[in-house]
Amino acid sequence: MENLENLANSALQAIAQAKNAAELDGLRVEYLGKKGSLTEQLKSLGKLPAEERPAAGAAINLAKQHVQEAINQRKSSLESSANSELLRREALDVTLPGRVQQAGSLHPVTRTIERIEDIFSVAGFDTVEGPEIEDDYHNFEALNIPDHHPARAMHDTFYFDTNTLLRTHTSTVQVRVMETGKAPIRIICPGRVYRCDSDLTHTPMFHQVEGLLIDENVSFADLKGMIEDFLRQFFEADLSVRFRPSYFPFTEPSAEVDVQCVSCRGKGCRVCSQTGWLEILGCGMVHPKVLELSGIDSEKYTGYAFGMGVDRLAMLRYQITDLRLLFENDLRFLQQFS
Amino acid sequence: MKFSEKWLREWVNPKISTAELLAQLTMAGLEVDSVEPAASVFNGVVVGEVLTVEKHPDADKLNVCQVNNGKEHLQVVCGAPNVAAGQKVAFALVGAKLGADFKIKQAKLRGVESNGMLCSAEELGLAEKSDGIIVLPPDALPGQDFRDYLQLDDTLIDVDLTPNRGDCLSIQGLAREVAVLNKVKNNPPQITDIPATIKDTFPVELLSPEDCPRYVGRVIRNVDISATSPMWLQEKLRRSGIRSIDPAVDVTNYVLLELGQPMHAFDLDVLKGGIQVRRAHKSEKLLLLDGREIEINEDTLLIADHEKALALAGVMGGEHSGISDKTQNLFLESAFFNPLIIAGKARAYGMHTDASHRFERGVDYELPLLAIERATELLLSIVGGEAGPVLATDAELPASKEVGLRPQRIKSLLGLDIPHAEVEDILQRLGLKLVNKAADSWLFRVPSWRFDIDIEADLIEELARVYGYDKLPISKASTGGTLKSSSESKISLKQLRRRLNSIGYQEVISYSFVEPGLENKLAADHSEVLSLANPISSDMSVMRRNLWSGLLQTLKHNQNRQQDRVRIFESGLVFSKEAGKIRQEAMLGALLWGPLLPEQWAEKAKNSDFYDMKGDIESLIGMSNDSAAFSFEAAEHPALQVGQSARIKRNQQTIGWLGALHPVTQKELDIPGKVYLFELKINDLTKAKLTTVRTLSKYPSVRRDLALVVEEGLIYADLEQLIRQQAGEILDKIVLFDIYKGENIAAGKKSLALGLTFQHPSRTLNDEEINEIINKCIKALEAQFNAELR
Repeated sequence: MENLENLANSALQAIAQAKNAAELDGLRVEYLGKKGSLTEQLKSLGKLPAEERPAAGAAINLAKQHVQEAINQRKSSLESSANSELLRREALDVTLPGRVQQAGSLHPVTRTIERIEDIFSVAGFDTVEGPEIEDDYHNFEALNIPDHHPARAMHDTFYFDTNTLLRTHTSTVQVRVMETGKAPIRIICPGRVYRCDSDLTHTPMFHQVEGLLIDENVSFADLKGMIEDFLRQFFEADLSVRFRPSYFPFTEPSAEVDVQCVSCRGKGCRVCSQTGWLEILGCGMVHPKVLELSGIDSEKYTGYAFGMGVDRLAMLRYQITDLRLLFENDLRFLQQFS
Repeated sequence: MKFSEKWLREWVNPKISTAELLAQLTMAGLEVDSVEPAASVFNGVVVGEVLTVEKHPDADKLNVCQVNNGKEHLQVVCGAPNVAAGQKVAFALVGAKLGADFKIKQAKLRGVESNGMLCSAEELGLAEKSDGIIVLPPDALPGQDFRDYLQLDDTLIDVDLTPNRGDCLSIQGLAREVAVLNKVKNNPPQITDIPATIKDTFPVELLSPEDCPRYVGRVIRNVDISATSPMWLQEKLRRSGIRSIDPAVDVTNYVLLELGQPMHAFDLDVLKGGIQVRRAHKSEKLLLLDGREIEINEDTLLIADHEKALALAGVMGGEHSGISDKTQNLFLESAFFNPLIIAGKARAYGMHTDASHRFERGVDYELPLLAIERATELLLSIVGGEAGPVLATDAELPASKEVGLRPQRIKSLLGLDIPHAEVEDILQRLGLKLVNKAADSWLFRVPSWRFDIDIEADLIEELARVYGYDKLPISKASTGGTLKSSSESKISLKQLRRRLNSIGYQEVISYSFVEPGLENKLAADHSEVLSLANPISSDMSVMRRNLWSGLLQTLKHNQNRQQDRVRIFESGLVFSKEAGKIRQEAMLGALLWGPLLPEQWAEKAKNSDFYDMKGDIESLIGMSNDSAAFSFEAAEHPALQVGQSARIKRNQQTIGWLGALHPVTQKELDIPGKVYLFELKINDLTKAKLTTVRTLSKYPSVRRDLALVVEEGLIYADLEQLIRQQAGEILDKIVLFDIYKGENIAAGKKSLALGLTFQHPSRTLNDEEINEIINKCIKALEAQFNAELR
């Protein structure tokens, strides 16, 4: 029996020192295998007197069980340390920057146009675009601005020849839609427009969005409601809006619309030249002559049109202080809009 | 139109403050543009009387004056060249403040005591520049506060008038508006007819009666043109921004501002025969008052005598017939010119005058007679002389307009019922005459000064304006009745832009007109460029035929600002002339330059190349769900490097280009490293196929790899096409996973490694049939491309 105890102790000692799974498996075979030294002990039971056999057998089995348990324990301990070694080796610095293509962004003017489109699209307005090189008829005549009309002096027009020009406003698109489409009409027309003017507050190319709604029983009250709603949606603020009489040859009555200064809320600041108001768009009821020139019955249908400068809206919305930044395309400026 | 508030209030004086008046004008459509005080802030200045003037004992340019300030006589040293005994002057007393930091103190000038200062207009902020002190009329009372004397506590208001409101380009017109808005009476000055004291007239012929249906003239003899206009008149002119010139010019300018009638004064003694109002003859010349000689077109109306042109009618007088310091006898003109004959003329000759500004907008044709009486009255009081009778020559004047108005239309256009009595009241206050009234309509006659009222909507606008736009109702319009169509067979530009953003491209917006030199290098050579007739500058003078010059300019701009990586795109129209027709087409263009990825630690830095940009295009094309319809083929483009440029087609139609910028242009632009560009027609990019899902096979796929050695020049697309042809439908996918040249591969050859994936929709494929297909492919490749299995 002394032998058994020694054997078990040496097995346990060896197991505790086993360095890996293979070594451990060797030890298992050495002690517990079919010809293992502990298994061999069972074979010697026959040499013992019968009354001693059960006790001796139990002792051997107990020793085997201890050894087996030690092997299991050692095995799982070896496995877990192998695992943690693997994890240690694969550990990352999670604070390193990610590996990614840098996304681009929309130009603030495009972003503003899309925003205007989205707001009006809910009210059923479709977006329509038109040519930028226009003829005199669509840019002026059809909008009730005959040759030499003083209003022409307000449009410093770029010409190619006497009849071909760069459109000075997006109102040209409403003419093209009225000519081809049938009332009712609900459209907005964003796009580039051109005027021969360049200084701190003017660029020779800029952007407008024109809106046109023609239907039966459309009144100035509807126009006021739509514009007021739009401006509050656009600036996400409950701003005061005022309509002032003005003049456009293609609308009658015409109005200039001021919105409470978004920067000072009407107190007066540099942005609004101390007036508390920002001149934001022009609008009016479509002139009956304009409807008739495009073949729409002006007794049956009325409508309103409005036009706004996108660049200015973008500047106000994003607090851009220099108009020229818009077309310099400095990436350090543009990337702020991502 | 800039005017003095005090002058307006002489005509109409409602009990409202200046601020209220300004707000009222703006809200009535006469937008106030700017407001400024009539004089700078100063005090302690009184009317003084210069009693004596003596030379300063120690200074050549100084005088020692005794000045009466109304209470006592004070000694003042004055340096002005024009000071003289007997003058009434602006006298700043000791303690006076002229501006924030300028206080008048008792002082010694070169040893002589001075108790105050005699002021120039410049020193009091009444003029930009002056040559000497202000000399006041003899009747000025010494001791009176100078601000009170000239009524300097006044506001100068500049209104920005829209072109329809030519009737408001005078004190009279503005007063009419203010009276209407405040429901008060207008008090115009009494203008009396000045009786003739001589019989002289000067004959007038209207040879173009439609252009000039009314011409009123008057002879005034024996004037003293050396007289100066009175201070009050000069002040009123000054407050409207007009300089005093001589009495004749000052008076005509005064009447222009007061009544709105542009007038002209001729030197009667140089006129020959009589006045003819006629269109210009061919190549007629005229030396204008401003010293320019112009050649006049035949569509232009002239005032001429029997020998030659005297003036551009309604625009500007001529040098030869104008008033000079020798003028003794005058001929005054006060006429009505048809707006149509004046419109655009001044601009056509590169001018803009107060007269043309008014005539092209319309001047009341009932005004010339009143105006000439007013001018005569003023002139005689300044320059003396004798007036002849007024000679009015009339042809057919414009018919007075009558415009109908229906209450129901007011309601439908404004969304509001205005009580009938109020409608009549507003319009009548505006000077319209109610000529007929029926149960459901009115008929109004438009006053002669309103050229902008022609139709019912014009009357409704007037009602709305006077009623108040802010009081008109607001209705929250319902949204459109039907849902908007939303087509999936079209990709929106919005989606394309978002895709480009997400693969790293920044949107830019550049000018549509560009510099011709660079533009020309970049354009495909078959189209004609469109040049602006009046460009804003030479580097913005032609319309872009593609988007690349704007993108390259943007690259340069950013490269100059130390950016080392530029990925940008733009969408917009490009313009050209083809076969005499203007083409405007929406394009999407992009530029790629610098490292593929932003500087970072994880990947080896690599510059973007052709295939990076091609991959980006494939990403856009992929959105159409119709990639197979697109193809890239090697082709030459003047802007691009030969051998690195591709024509992009969809269904065999060219839709765009991709390539490396031509190395010569790249060098000229001084761009280090290659630049890649593409441009695609948006309309061809946005057509899409609706996705219809194909059934997924339940059976395993089989992959076989092939390594082929082929001629270096072999086009990959041809090779792939042949394999697809040979392999048939069960070839699911081909991937090219390696291209190798160099060791173990003969010169002039390349090795391509391809992975072929096969899958059958309804059964498992066996080795034999795959082998058979592979062998078939190899044979065909050998036969057609001389390919060898590696």
